[in-house]
Amino acid sequence: SSWWSHVEMGPPDPILGVTEAYKRDTNSKKMNLGVGAYRDDNGKPYVLNCVRKAEAMIASKKMDKEYLPIGGLADFTRASAELALGENSEAFKSGRYVTVQGISGTGSLRIGANFLQRFFKASRDVYLPKPSWGNHTPIFRDAGMQLQAYRYYDPKTCSLDFSGAMEDISKIPEKSIILLHACAHNPTGVDPRQEQWKELAATVKKRNLLVYFDMAYQGFASGDINRDAWAVRYFIEQGINIVLSQSFAKNMGLYGERAGAFTVICSDPDEAKRVESQLKILIRPMYSNPPVNGARIASMILNTPDLRKEWLTEVKGMADRIISMRTQLVSNLKKEGSSHNWQHITDQIGMFCFTGLKPEQVERLIKEFSVYMTKDGRISVAGVTSGNVGYLAHAIHQVTK
Amino acid sequence: AYRTDEGQPWVLPVVKKVEQMIANDNSLNHEYLPILGLPEFRANASRIALGDDSPAIKENRVGSVQSLGGTGALRIGAEFLRRWYNGNNNTATPVYVSAPSWENHNSVFMDAGFKDIRTYHYWDAAKRGLDLQGLLNDMEHAPECSIFILHACAHNPTGTDPTPEQWKQIAAVMKRRSLFPFFDSAYQGFASGSLDKDAWAVRYFVSEGFELFCAQSFSKNFGLYNERVGNLTVVGKDADNVQRVLSQMEKIVRTTWSNPPSQGARIVATTLSSPQLFDEWKGNVKTMADRVLLMRSELRSRLEALGTPGTWNHITEQIGMFSFTGLNPKQVEYMVKEKHIYLMASGRINMCGLTTKNLDYVAKSIHEAVTKIQ
Repeated sequence: SSWWSHVEMGPPDPILGVTEAYKRDTNSKKMNLGVGAYRDDNGKPYVLNCVRKAEAMIASKKMDKEYLPIGGLADFTRASAELALGENSEAFKSGRYVTVQGISGTGSLRIGANFLQRFFKASRDVYLPKPSWGNHTPIFRDAGMQLQAYRYYDPKTCSLDFSGAMEDISKIPEKSIILLHACAHNPTGVDPRQEQWKELAATVKKRNLLVYFDMAYQGFASGDINRDAWAVRYFIEQGINIVLSQSFAKNMGLYGERAGAFTVICSDPDEAKRVESQLKILIRPMYSNPPVNGARIASMILNTPDLRKEWLTEVKGMADRIISMRTQLVSNLKKEGSSHNWQHITDQIGMFCFTGLKPEQVERLIKEFSVYMTKDGRISVAGVTSGNVGYLAHAIHQVTK
Repeated sequence: AYRTDEGQPWVLPVVKKVEQMIANDNSLNHEYLPILGLPEFRANASRIALGDDSPAIKENRVGSVQSLGGTGALRIGAEFLRRWYNGNNNTATPVYVSAPSWENHNSVFMDAGFKDIRTYHYWDAAKRGLDLQGLLNDMEHAPECSIFILHACAHNPTGTDPTPEQWKQIAAVMKRRSLFPFFDSAYQGFASGSLDKDAWAVRYFVSEGFELFCAQSFSKNFGLYNERVGNLTVVGKDADNVQRVLSQMEKIVRTTWSNPPSQGARIVATTLSSPQLFDEWKGNVKTMADRVLLMRSELRSRLEALGTPGTWNHITEQIGMFSFTGLNPKQVEYMVKEKHIYLMASGRINMCGLTTKNLDYVAKSIHEAVTKIQ
């Protein structure tokens, strides 16, 4: 007999399942809109030019493969902090922060979650927006935290339920943890406007909540890295000492290289040093020290003026293509004769779009048109091209007319 | 970490070659790997540990999880065991770590949620060797189902491994007492210079029908330290059990790092799946192992020539990167303060730090420490 007879089969990953089904489909017109990775206008993965250049530069330096420090590559973590906080940030310039390299967004979130579990004694409760990225819940749960929610998405309008969010957040018990998506909310694509962010900041400050920002799309949302980091920077300026996860998977196309960072804004540099020492104690029994490749590439790009400039242009290029696909989808739907209001498609921002499609409609899209998306009606706009946007509009119109 | 005779880090020639191949391959991109890792890496990595002719592989009852180094593999294994081994979420299952062991073993299992981490006798300081009786005795008295962390080869920090005969005795007790073997294999190939020899213990346990985990690191034997290349090999009773185990490990990976880094895995997979590159790699590994073996024999012969009090055969009998010299803390302090030779208070030295240029100085210093300080 086996030690494992009682081990249950784990459920298939909902998003991977979409891609698996897509792969099996033989329809030449098939579209994979589940993929959470950028595609160019030919539907192909896109390796940024600045990444290729950085790789060539790194190769020519013939560096060794010695272990990184537990907290990661210093040039990378400093550049990541500066990118998020802004070079003029008082918190950054005074050194009252600590940034450690994490395994992309997930790894950074998990380090943060474990850190809060161990050192944030005031509460076990983490408040997520409804809905949030599917992996947030299990990450915090595995770290030993409890999950709560605040209203966020209004399915009637396919936009932000601001009054609902404000009402819920103003009732959150003091000293709870609230998670906010810095920009390009996943999965809805619905972000607060700047005036709304200001009200949110005032409220979380009044409730004395610990703010955890997840920023996986800086630069990728609007095309402007400063604009996308506005909320993060505003909160800090308001005296809110946030914690922050960053990912370079999407904005640098470094998905499989796992480049990310976790930051804690502290009262002063001394506190930052103490926090850093505890983060290292958490990281060491997880994987000892982080992988170098992605961090080196990101660091090379951020710290080399020419490459940084090129990166900003390329990131804007990706964001612009997404925005253009949104526009084309809406205009194509109009051309198809759809009488529905599809404004939310262009109002929403980032890689994902909550179409508002119901599960039955999604099922028809998959079965009748080979258009693959998750059951919640979320599409990855990155999977739309000028070559297939017409077909997509046609399919959506057929199941919604 | 390994050092050359010039005291420098060494990027393996085969690694340089393969990295160039990868850089020149324009069909490659940076897309996500699957959650469990690069398939060609996983299969090859487990094959290296278990052997080409492994019955477990033939019977399709081996699973693999690409991990962030050996540490990552240990952690995924530990997290899985805490959730699914010996009942559900049984944090009370005793976990046994050798005395001494790599300090991080303790932290890995503690952070995975185990509440009862114990030591098993291992190093006999008096005779400077394995305390086999103590070890077997601990296993006899360990509660059934206890987890034992076993070093596959090149025990860290003592460099003292059981002989094949001793491993057989260990396996017999573990089978009888229903103890779970969790191998930590960080030095395969690096220890003796032979991949097969260094994997003997793991393969023996498999042949004895054990279900086991083996955390593999490619940090040392590929010199890929900072790329974080590791693999958790799972050997189960049958394919169905292994499949279910892997599906649950996937859930654990998803909340820890989502999917593993691709660069290091690509290098290893490319190397292991090409007969030429594989041979080249084995040659590089032997180069490293041979240099360490040479340093061991040169150090021992110098100490014996100097007439340094005590016996020094343990220097060549021990294996791998580390050696427990037998120096006591006071003697170590002398080495550090007076001779500027840095070693651990435990008397552990990293053999990779020895070079043809410093052998004489180190031998003389040890001689002084031992004769001057009691």
